[in-house]
Amino acid sequence: MRRDPLARKGLLGRLPQAWRQPLAVSGVVIAVAWLVIAVAAPWLAPHDPLAQELPRLAPPGPDHWFGTDQLGRDILSRVMHGARVSIPLTLALVALSLLIGGLLGACAGYFGRWVDETIMRLADLVFAFPTVILAMVVAAALGASLTNAVLAVLVVAWPAYARVTRGLVLGVREREFVLSGRLLGFSAWRSLRVDVLPNVTGPILVLATLDIGTALLLLSGLSFLGLGAKPPSPEWGAMVSSGVEVFDSWWVATFPGLAILTVVLAFNFLGDTLRDALDPRTARAIKERAL
Amino acid sequence: MTLAITDLKVTIGGKDILRGVDLTLEPGRVHGLAGESGSGKTMTGLAVLGLLPHGSRVTGGIALEGRELLTLPPKELNKVRGGEVAMVFQDPATSLHPMLTVGRQLTEHMRHHLGLGRAEARDRAVELLRKVRIPGAEEAYRRYPHQFSGGMRQRIAIAVALACSPKVLIADEPTTALDVTVQAGVLRLLRGLCDELGLAVLLVTHDLGVMSAVADEVSVMKDGLVVETGPRSRVLREPDHPYTRTLLASLPDAEVS
Amino acid sequence: MEKGAAVTPPRPRRPALPPLARFLIRRVLMAILLAWGVTLVTFVLTNLVPGDPVAANLGQRAMNDPEIVAQWRAEHGLDKPLWEQYGLYLQGLVQGDLGDSQQSHRPVSQDLAEAVPATLELAGAAILISLVLGVAFGVIAALRRDRLSDHLLRLVSLIGISVPTFWLALVAFYVFFYRLQITPGSGRVDPALGAPPPVTGLHTVDALLAGQWDVFGSAAGHLITPALVLALYTIGLLTRFTRSAVLEVLGQDYVRAARAKGLPGRVILFRYVLRSALVPVITVAGLAFGSLLSGTVLVEAIFAWPGIGQYAYKSATTLDLPAVMGVGLVVGVVYLVINLIVDVLYGVIDPRVRLR
Repeated sequence: MRRDPLARKGLLGRLPQAWRQPLAVSGVVIAVAWLVIAVAAPWLAPHDPLAQELPRLAPPGPDHWFGTDQLGRDILSRVMHGARVSIPLTLALVALSLLIGGLLGACAGYFGRWVDETIMRLADLVFAFPTVILAMVVAAALGASLTNAVLAVLVVAWPAYARVTRGLVLGVREREFVLSGRLLGFSAWRSLRVDVLPNVTGPILVLATLDIGTALLLLSGLSFLGLGAKPPSPEWGAMVSSGVEVFDSWWVATFPGLAILTVVLAFNFLGDTLRDALDPRTARAIKERAL
Repeated sequence: MTLAITDLKVTIGGKDILRGVDLTLEPGRVHGLAGESGSGKTMTGLAVLGLLPHGSRVTGGIALEGRELLTLPPKELNKVRGGEVAMVFQDPATSLHPMLTVGRQLTEHMRHHLGLGRAEARDRAVELLRKVRIPGAEEAYRRYPHQFSGGMRQRIAIAVALACSPKVLIADEPTTALDVTVQAGVLRLLRGLCDELGLAVLLVTHDLGVMSAVADEVSVMKDGLVVETGPRSRVLREPDHPYTRTLLASLPDAEVS
Repeated sequence: MEKGAAVTPPRPRRPALPPLARFLIRRVLMAILLAWGVTLVTFVLTNLVPGDPVAANLGQRAMNDPEIVAQWRAEHGLDKPLWEQYGLYLQGLVQGDLGDSQQSHRPVSQDLAEAVPATLELAGAAILISLVLGVAFGVIAALRRDRLSDHLLRLVSLIGISVPTFWLALVAFYVFFYRLQITPGSGRVDPALGAPPPVTGLHTVDALLAGQWDVFGSAAGHLITPALVLALYTIGLLTRFTRSAVLEVLGQDYVRAARAKGLPGRVILFRYVLRSALVPVITVAGLAFGSLLSGTVLVEAIFAWPGIGQYAYKSATTLDLPAVMGVGLVVGVVYLVINLIVDVLYGVIDPRVRLR
């Protein structure tokens, strides 16, 4: 497999130094902590997240560190279990939009002509609307459920990947080692798979890391609006929403919101670190196309 | 003697860039500074203007007509920059601001250093544009750098450098980024201005052909040191230092006169 | 913008119009074309979705009566073929008729005329705040690169882009209104004072125009908290972007050349560095305005701000198709106008765009 030597040095060569920054370290620590919580929530959580057995709206104290909600459920346990809902869904969501957007973008960049036109105009159309409004309309039309909310976010998330991938593929396609492959008679697919893809994965992964935060914000936002997770589910956005009704019991909304904030922050720290580790030219391409 | 550099040492991040450079510039003379890239010739030029990169440490002396520049307070140094010592950079495509008119870039430091009014500065700017032989100077005053060719842009950059009648002009590879066909014109212009205005010119270049065309004196740098200094004809014909000989030998043919 | 180059008409031998005017006309024509595209998209989107507006609007019992369902569909033109529905919609659109909302039973255009200025006031205040603070923070961070203030600003801007807007709105509401009682609660203006006579639809501006200082104070007080909440994300975005843009420009030859000319630091910063750095920042500010419109959906819900976000939410959840299409059209047009402004600013700032 022929790789562009620059691409390898660009990402991997600079990583070790970048990881020593305090932001990178705290990003890793927070992200790992949340992953552990997500996996171990059933053993870590002091209570059943759904059981309505405690005093209602009890403020945070030694018995319930995060207090209880209006149905007498332990908020700490619900926040912990919420990690099992939000984090895997967000990761799956980003992976899917990366796959779909990346594939479409690669096709657009590689084949050009009408393939390019069709895909990119479609992406332009999605970009012509504010994400939340478009996702909200799609989610409302599909009917309120967590799966549909994920689909709705997917609809607005893929074009960013398509644009970046297309740009990168266009850049790589004209380089000598790809052209020489085509001249040796490799098929279009082979050259796309063997020559082009390895060189665009680095930047795309950086974009995906930065996108995890955005996706989680959007997904929990839809749940907050009542277009995602349904009531008993300990989804963080929905929990904040239930806190609106009893907003003088500040703890009901505060802790799930902090959970969202810390997860998003952690992945933004990571994404930032990865981007700094990339060579500046590619980093700029990501920044400009994917805001 | 206009400018005297003595035992100039520069370290950046613990690395020795200049290790004791001595140079003198005389009015009306072009002093060529040769050497391969990384030898420290550009840094010498930047040091005179106090434009070394962040975190550089400088020792030694740079005296402009007896006044020490290295210890000048920032405000005084700013008066020297552009006012008494001016600089022409390698690539006029990047050294002129793309979004400011030629006139603006010609007059702003004039007005700042010389305290000229708008109209006075404008008249002088147009005169300068004529002096560097920009056709249609009045028209050119209002245009933007991207509307000129590379050679014309470098002439404009020279006009900008001369705007406040400096005593010393530092030209850092002024022809390297230009087409070969326009290089000679720019060099002739520099030589002519040097003679006419009595400028002391430091011509930094790696191109010995350029050097032989205009320089009066030549210094050769290697690894942060000046290895050889002398009149052009002697240095280029009968070099003392083995490094100068290697440089000369690497020229395609005896294009040195 | 890439497309702009492709559709450039062949240059006439003697240009009849100044370059800036031709540049503007080209951009406006493109915007009109895109606006038509937006109507098509909204129409397709609202009709492709599997949700059934009939079910959303009529109760379960009425749904079981085919006659009522058929009557309702006929009333709202849903029994005609799609292309005919679109034709009728366009026909109405040309006359300024966006159809009637199935929820409010009022013309959608009338609903929007009330909601759009409210949101523009909110988003406009937010973008102003974020431009001022974001650019200032970004410049400071770049000039003090790798020092303490740079690290702090980086952290703050990262937090800014990581905070869930809806949660921040709730926290701000709780802290400033409920606890500290230093800001007025929800709505746009104190009901006791009433809205100022409408001119622009922006309460703060209208109050100033009418010279009603008490109303202005109330409107500004109601505006400041939601606008700040909304702005935090874009402040973070613009800080990060301005910082890297300024750093890039600081490394340019022309900045070193300006220093070699002995110009004072502030002249170099404002005339040389910011002029170039602001070009990419303008693009991001345009995009940021889009994310502000997204944020309004969430912020307006908390502060009971009667804007397009709330209207969009209500019409989307009830599948009020004429209203959803109206929102789509308005929002799409706002986007186009923002892009147009960005393009024009490009032309004004950068002579290389304006003059070929």
